[in-house]
Amino acid sequence: MQDVFGNALNFNMALLLPEIILAAVAVLVIVLDMFAKELKVRPVALPIVSVLGLVAAGVASGLAVDQHTDFGLLVTIDNFTAFFRITFIAVAIVLIVGSHEYIEKHVNHVAEFYALLLLSTVGAIFMASARDLLVAYLGIEVLSFSLYIAVSLAKNDTRSGEAGLKYVLLGGVASAMLLYGLSLLYGVAGSTQYGEIANALGKSTDDVRMPLLLGLTLIVAGLGFKVSAVPFHMWAPDAYEGAPMPVTAYLSATSKGATLALFLRWFGGPLLPAIADWQWMMAIIATLTMVVGNLVALQQTNVKRLLAYSSIAQGGFMLMAITAISDIATSALLVHLGGYIITNLALFVAIIHFYNRTGKEEITDFRGLSRTNPYLATVITAGLFSLAGMPLLAGFFTKFILFQAVVQGGFLWLVVVAVVGSTVSLFYYLQMIRQMYIFEPEGDATRWGISGTGYLTTGVLLGLIVFVGIQGAPLYTVADRAAFDLFPQGVAAPVTASTGAAPAAAPAAHK
Amino acid sequence: MTAADGYVLIALCLIPLGVSMLLFLVPTSQRSSIIALTGVSSLAMLALSLYTFFKYTFDGEQFQGVLAWTWMQNVGLLGEKGIQFKVGVDGIGASLVLLTGVVVVPATWVTWKIQDRMKDYFILLYLVTAGVYGAFVILDLFFWFLFYEMALMPMYLLIGVWGSTRKEYGAMKLMMMLLAGSIFIFTVIFALFTHVGAGTFDMVTLLNAPKGVGFQKIMFPLLVIGCGTLGAMFPFHSWSPDGHAAAPTSVSMLHAGVLMKVGAFGVVRLGFQMMPEGGAYWAPALVVLGAGAGLYGAISALRQTDMKLLMGFSSVSHMGYVFLGLGTFNSIGWSGAVLQMTAHGWMTALFFLLIGGMYDQAHNRDIPNFSGMAKQMPIWSIFFIFASMASLGLPGLSGFIAELHIFIGTFRSYPIVGGLAVLTAAITTTYLIRILAQAFFGEMNPRWAHLKEITWMERAGAVVLAIAMLALGLWPSPWIERIAPSIINIPGMTL
Repeated sequence: MQDVFGNALNFNMALLLPEIILAAVAVLVIVLDMFAKELKVRPVALPIVSVLGLVAAGVASGLAVDQHTDFGLLVTIDNFTAFFRITFIAVAIVLIVGSHEYIEKHVNHVAEFYALLLLSTVGAIFMASARDLLVAYLGIEVLSFSLYIAVSLAKNDTRSGEAGLKYVLLGGVASAMLLYGLSLLYGVAGSTQYGEIANALGKSTDDVRMPLLLGLTLIVAGLGFKVSAVPFHMWAPDAYEGAPMPVTAYLSATSKGATLALFLRWFGGPLLPAIADWQWMMAIIATLTMVVGNLVALQQTNVKRLLAYSSIAQGGFMLMAITAISDIATSALLVHLGGYIITNLALFVAIIHFYNRTGKEEITDFRGLSRTNPYLATVITAGLFSLAGMPLLAGFFTKFILFQAVVQGGFLWLVVVAVVGSTVSLFYYLQMIRQMYIFEPEGDATRWGISGTGYLTTGVLLGLIVFVGIQGAPLYTVADRAAFDLFPQGVAAPVTASTGAAPAAAPAAHK
Repeated sequence: MTAADGYVLIALCLIPLGVSMLLFLVPTSQRSSIIALTGVSSLAMLALSLYTFFKYTFDGEQFQGVLAWTWMQNVGLLGEKGIQFKVGVDGIGASLVLLTGVVVVPATWVTWKIQDRMKDYFILLYLVTAGVYGAFVILDLFFWFLFYEMALMPMYLLIGVWGSTRKEYGAMKLMMMLLAGSIFIFTVIFALFTHVGAGTFDMVTLLNAPKGVGFQKIMFPLLVIGCGTLGAMFPFHSWSPDGHAAAPTSVSMLHAGVLMKVGAFGVVRLGFQMMPEGGAYWAPALVVLGAGAGLYGAISALRQTDMKLLMGFSSVSHMGYVFLGLGTFNSIGWSGAVLQMTAHGWMTALFFLLIGGMYDQAHNRDIPNFSGMAKQMPIWSIFFIFASMASLGLPGLSGFIAELHIFIGTFRSYPIVGGLAVLTAAITTTYLIRILAQAFFGEMNPRWAHLKEITWMERAGAVVLAIAMLALGLWPSPWIERIAPSIINIPGMTL
């Protein structure tokens, strides 16, 4: 293949098969729905087709990883991309299988909803695989636009429309900021290609420092919005509360994960030479996010808002790793992200099934759940304890590795903030556990069960939470391999390596 | 102990954990299977604990029964040794393993009385047990912290669901304070890993690696605050009386008897053994805090009317002795501190067992409400008086030998503080004699005429604890022989 200038192109479309499959299935789902009557399509066919498409895409993404095919320097399919691809596809599968009853009952335009989930997954994957600012930006917009619509699709819930409007307006502003930041970056570096930006910034002089700093600020603000970092988090609780629950879960898992992938690609790659200019920004944002997220979560009474603030706080933990970026921090971040996504999905699927039965979502509505549905209470408790970082569960291991990696990068003080925040978080998680176990149920105390697919998804997720908690090596190995592709030399980035060796001892060593 | 005996140590961690998981499968209605399963496993734990203690040879290596499996290596921040599942005990660990084994058996027996959701109770209680055993036998910081947290995690539900009086308040306070304490431990572990820079959490490697003196001086107090919170060290003790007052019987037994010793053990293992120079620098502060805690706890106990609150403050006072002994930084004081951990563990477990046995019938434990109980419940009273005598340090019982060592050690290094410690012992006598005089002798209060003697299982449990206390009091040399080499190995320790 050749481009318009006649240069040879290094394309291998087979590597993009997963995205192609997903996009095609998204269209297929809409077409099936359009001709539902003519083709005698039953409603249950839509989730089945979507899941089959996702599984096919997952298989395809497992088959081919080749970082030497460069797609004209637009995208790269390396282990890092594969990690996120499989994660995002798995999230979509779990959500569709785990909440198809909810979607049929509580969501307008079911077919479009499935299609939007598939399309946003495509966008998220391109955010992880991009090697060019414009491709990355397109990925962001595909993800965001799908979610703008999906957030407002809840049936008979006025909060949903409000949430959608808020999300689209604030999201638009954030995109504009991001785009302006990227333009400034282009002005400084003279390219939109990651590798060339890194070269240009490595050689840049003080003349361009101001536009670079402004550009970085705008980029951090724009991405901070997408990852709901404080002070750009205002949309998150409202969007989380108003959105249909599967979308809330999706926001907390894929949307956050994709933005973090972008953070890693940008700050670990093209922007790494300018680390002195952005590291302090990230440190401040991470601190604010952890502090505000955890403190505000203390006051929540609605379970979706509680989880919104909890996931803001968790985002703060992950931003710490961006601050202390290196190959070690990257692999630790990926481990934590994996554990966090598994745990959050388990919680959300369990709460979706609780809502299917009761139609309630206040924390006090969970009163006595250990009597009426002990299984669901166990899943929710395991999820909350895992988020709080309790042992034998995924959260303990992933947090331990993440925090240790950040200390290794020379940011002991950040980790102290994180550990304090993590302890505070246990307080609000316990509020929910208290309702389920210590109080007796109000009114109807008959036992009830959940659907087969509910048992399947929560069971698998619960198993994974425990598995990662007691045998985290496979996840860590995969994450390490993904991080290795981001930092191919395998050496730590030029962070604060000189002080990184013994942060606490350094000032005292002279005594 | 040979390396093969490491399998015994692993069994000690995995039996309670396995039983806890197994219980998920047993239907709640099958009480007899639950009782059989827990009964057999608790006896097995006792047997293995005895085996561990007596197989530990005092003239061999410091860490015995060492076995390690690599759990994770050469990935991310981990190096060749990385994270290992590594077990092994020194003399201090071995004696605390025995302490745990003896407490778990009666704690299991008295739990069989519980009618409401007994299965769930055991699932959580055995998680705590596994956590405690793990904290004593694990030689890897990652897993040590994992087991440490595992011992704390179920406490909230155990106290919140099955507790009494202000259970929600007590449970939340205990949980939040202990986890706030673990912030400090977390920090020290991360800093230690990074400071040594060997890419491993292996305790033996970290123990032998050179560490900067300045680093030790900064980290040691943080660790003491963290572990001291769990050890109910003054002024981080305030969860202890409330938590113990609210907790159900066997949780109080396990918590005051064993879990608090994990805190003191953390100060020994992660503090003095890992950072001896920092320990030597800060030891005087431990003396002040320990003596202060002893005095403060004893004086506070004087004013309590709730029996469990009184025992909670008494525990603060007795744990003060432990930290006082560690602070003396001489081998006699240290022997006393380790003996006191064991002595206080058994004695306080017996107290909580007895108070629980009475409270289940009377639903009241206010001392002024009782009098003449010796007539109504003679066996109960005998055990109670026995425990009181051990607590106030009657020669021949466990408390005496431990306190004697601590006092001698203290007089050697800090004579004035030694005087204060003896004064504390006098106050201890006062509050114990007061409760005996008030509740056990004198006119019998007819309000309690319906009270029956404690159950056979409780009597059996009390006998187990009493035998252990007598053994330690009359023939302490097996303990001292095993503790001494581990103490001498600490750099800077005086005789």
